[in-house]
Amino acid sequence: MATLYWEEEIETLPRVGLESIQLRRLRQLVARVYATVKPYRDKMEKAGVTPEDIRSLADLRKLPFTVKEDLRDNYPFGLFTVPLDEVVRVHASSGTTGKPTVVGYTWKDIELWASIMARALTCAGAHKNDMVHNAYGYGLFTGGLGAHYGVEKMGATVIPVSGGNTKRQITIMKDFGSTVLLSTPSYALNLADAMDEMQVDPKNLSLRVGIFGAEPWSENMREEVERKLNIKAVDIYGLSEVMGPGVAMECLHSTRGMHVFEDHFLPEIIDPDTGEVLPPGEKGELVFTTLTKEAFPIIRYRTKDISRLIYDTCECGRTLVRMEKVTGRSDDMLIIRGVNVFPSQVEHVLMGIKGVEPHYQIVVEREGNLDTMLVQVEVSTTIFSDEIRVLENLSKKIQAEIKDMLGVTCKVKLVEPRTIQRSEGKAQRVIDKRKI
Amino acid sequence: MKVEQIAIFLENKSGRLSEITRVLAENGINIRSLSLADTADFGILRLIVDKVEEAERVLKTEGFTVGKTNVIAVEVPDKVGGLASVLKVIEEADLNVEYMYAFVNKSGENAVMIFRFEEVDQAVKVLLDQGITILSGAQICAL
Repeated sequence: MATLYWEEEIETLPRVGLESIQLRRLRQLVARVYATVKPYRDKMEKAGVTPEDIRSLADLRKLPFTVKEDLRDNYPFGLFTVPLDEVVRVHASSGTTGKPTVVGYTWKDIELWASIMARALTCAGAHKNDMVHNAYGYGLFTGGLGAHYGVEKMGATVIPVSGGNTKRQITIMKDFGSTVLLSTPSYALNLADAMDEMQVDPKNLSLRVGIFGAEPWSENMREEVERKLNIKAVDIYGLSEVMGPGVAMECLHSTRGMHVFEDHFLPEIIDPDTGEVLPPGEKGELVFTTLTKEAFPIIRYRTKDISRLIYDTCECGRTLVRMEKVTGRSDDMLIIRGVNVFPSQVEHVLMGIKGVEPHYQIVVEREGNLDTMLVQVEVSTTIFSDEIRVLENLSKKIQAEIKDMLGVTCKVKLVEPRTIQRSEGKAQRVIDKRKI
Repeated sequence: MKVEQIAIFLENKSGRLSEITRVLAENGINIRSLSLADTADFGILRLIVDKVEEAERVLKTEGFTVGKTNVIAVEVPDKVGGLASVLKVIEEADLNVEYMYAFVNKSGENAVMIFRFEEVDQAVKVLLDQGITILSGAQICAL
């Protein structure tokens, strides 16, 4: 099968050429950010670095990191480089406490994103004749709309089905002849189960390829999705702080990682403890600098995702570096049914309820294909009552507020004091029993 | 006229109830009456004991969540319609019973019921006005 490219020249450019594009764009970006965004300028001044100091790609490491807290401190629009009247869209993801992380796009950003996403779709073997079933959530989450514009840009047909209503999704798949599925991998398995219930044989559907992302998944899960849906399953990577879906994409040849579209997103791997840049091929925390975004560029954003960069040439002919499937996190963020959850958010909710002490534990499990989250809360004397009703209402209130703040339904279990293990100074907040 | 009841939070797991009774026994505390309410996930054990302060202290020391509430011990005629006559008074006064349970021993010819009202003081007044006998903590511990 001949490889399809969306932008063949750049995707197969020898690395020397690619690096010269990266350097030119990096220098422009740093100068622009320095001139327009005070928080960036302040940080650079504190680090004793000016835009003139960036003379090679290696100089990137002189620049200070950007972390999620920087986005929170400048909530909502403080890190935008353009006036709000030039911003045509915002997206948001969950912050570590209370406030979400907000990102913005100019019209040029939206067009750029669409074209990068079209590149990603093409990389996964999709083309203009495809009927693309987009089951990523539409809304503040970047998944749905990000993928949507890419499909349109590519010239294929997009079905903006979003998440949920699984049986209707299967009917649509059957009737419309969906050929490409975009969803979280766990939702793909849900679809497979529902097909089984509805006695729909995937072999009779037109589905050919699934592009899965937004949550960690293993090779075993890939094998399972491929077998159950009778498709080829490929991995996509993205995060709203950097752009959204389409930062990196697996091709049909590689099982060793996703091609990073590095003419737009410059990756680094650092030691999460020291912040030192690690040599090529070593495992560490992934850091991204956006090279071309207008409204919300970001410099050296610490993703907290653990991965490794592979510089070998890929069979598909792309010279773009590959990032290995994300194998973990350097922080305590959990991904539950595609939603980012920080234990600190749960704590924030609990502390907001009168009398509740911050003795809690989150237990995450995978039942069937679905992640479940159980929040165990110790019953202190202050919240205890001799009436069942009072305690049940408390547990419902906690559940409702967590749902409200995180967008995730959880189960709440009231437990006796001191049942949650206290280790040396730091309690174990999360027990993740999922085997991903 | 009110009786102090202690309530203890219990997760539904084996051995907890026996743990509580063991702690009380070791400290020479006598359980006069009890009621256990439970849901799928947890339970609440309510106890009338002879040494309330002591019981609360030792259970807290053992790590239990303990609360104290005022309940009312009411004499109920031990005959057909006995409880119905008391409940009629309660209903007519529009008093809200959170829960109730029976006391083990009799008071003379009468049975004793423990009532938990939302408004305790008002309940005491209504019951006394209607000529219903209410027992104090000391009285029921002496039964």
